[in-house]
Amino acid sequence: MSYTLGQNQLDNIEEVMQQELVDIGVRCVFLIDMAGNIIANRDDGKIKHDVYSLAALAAGNFGAVSAMAKIIGEGEFSLLFHKGKRENIHFNKIISDFLLITIFSNDLSLGFLRLKVNEAVEKIKQELEEMHAP
Amino acid sequence: MAFVNPKKKEVQVKIVYYGPGRGGKTTNLEYIYKKFRQRIKTEMVTIKTHGDRTLFFDFLPFDIGKVNGYDIKIQLYTVPGQVKYNATRRLVLRGVDGIVFVADAMEVRREKNILSLKNLQENLANYKKSIFKTPVVLQYNKMDLAEQGIPLLALETLNQDLNDKLKTPSYGASALVGSNVVTTLKKIISMTISSIIRELK
Repeated sequence: MSYTLGQNQLDNIEEVMQQELVDIGVRCVFLIDMAGNIIANRDDGKIKHDVYSLAALAAGNFGAVSAMAKIIGEGEFSLLFHKGKRENIHFNKIISDFLLITIFSNDLSLGFLRLKVNEAVEKIKQELEEMHAP
Repeated sequence: MAFVNPKKKEVQVKIVYYGPGRGGKTTNLEYIYKKFRQRIKTEMVTIKTHGDRTLFFDFLPFDIGKVNGYDIKIQLYTVPGQVKYNATRRLVLRGVDGIVFVADAMEVRREKNILSLKNLQENLANYKKSIFKTPVVLQYNKMDLAEQGIPLLALETLNQDLNDKLKTPSYGASALVGSNVVTTLKKIISMTISSIIRELK
């Protein structure tokens, strides 16, 4: 089943990513679906990660962790966080089919990031719920 | 589940190489990566175990240019072929748009091919997809082994075993030397894109 989003929805999603996340100091943020497709991405213009490979791995990683959740009797783990020496990755599920992935440095506290991610997720959710699958 | 991005004028298409363990799925991707190195901007991603077997998947993004004004981004994946990794196979199949089934033409692998195809059908059904409605190309790999006197299954036998009901394009191939690897790829891309265009109409 192929699907698409309207230009307006994509504009709005990118604006939310920019205002809620990139503007507070997040390096890179992208919205993907569970198949590993990139729906939208934004970065601070300083780094150029291979977002397509990251998206494929992130979707796989999230899928693997969800399968682990089921084994231990949890429905799912709706957010994941990987900590590095300098860079960190935060994953947050949106509805059932999408993931918001944020890459940020240690200059940003995890608590503040989670707060901002939550706000972004709520706004992006509204856009995605209007999605029309052809 | 291809995603069409009207803003970037881009379509992302997921093609999965499926088949029994040690059948040559990763070798297909490695050949494509080598052959089209100058067109592939990123590294091939592989998650392997110690013994050089695919643990999770391989991933190779591949731009093929424009169709109807849209940039087509093909994302090639392989699954781990070993029977025990079914959970990971199922994960990789999520949102698949087209499938290359890489069968092992060695006589001793006959049963494994049949079981793997059945497993593909079951895993697709898990996502409410029918193998008969998904673009599939069959590749009968390891044809080069005939020269070394290794007994291979005849193409007719392979077709009878695997393609009797599917009735889909099939190719004898050698992923190692590259024969029919690109033909297989071109066929699955064209079948998948036609199917996406039909869906979107």
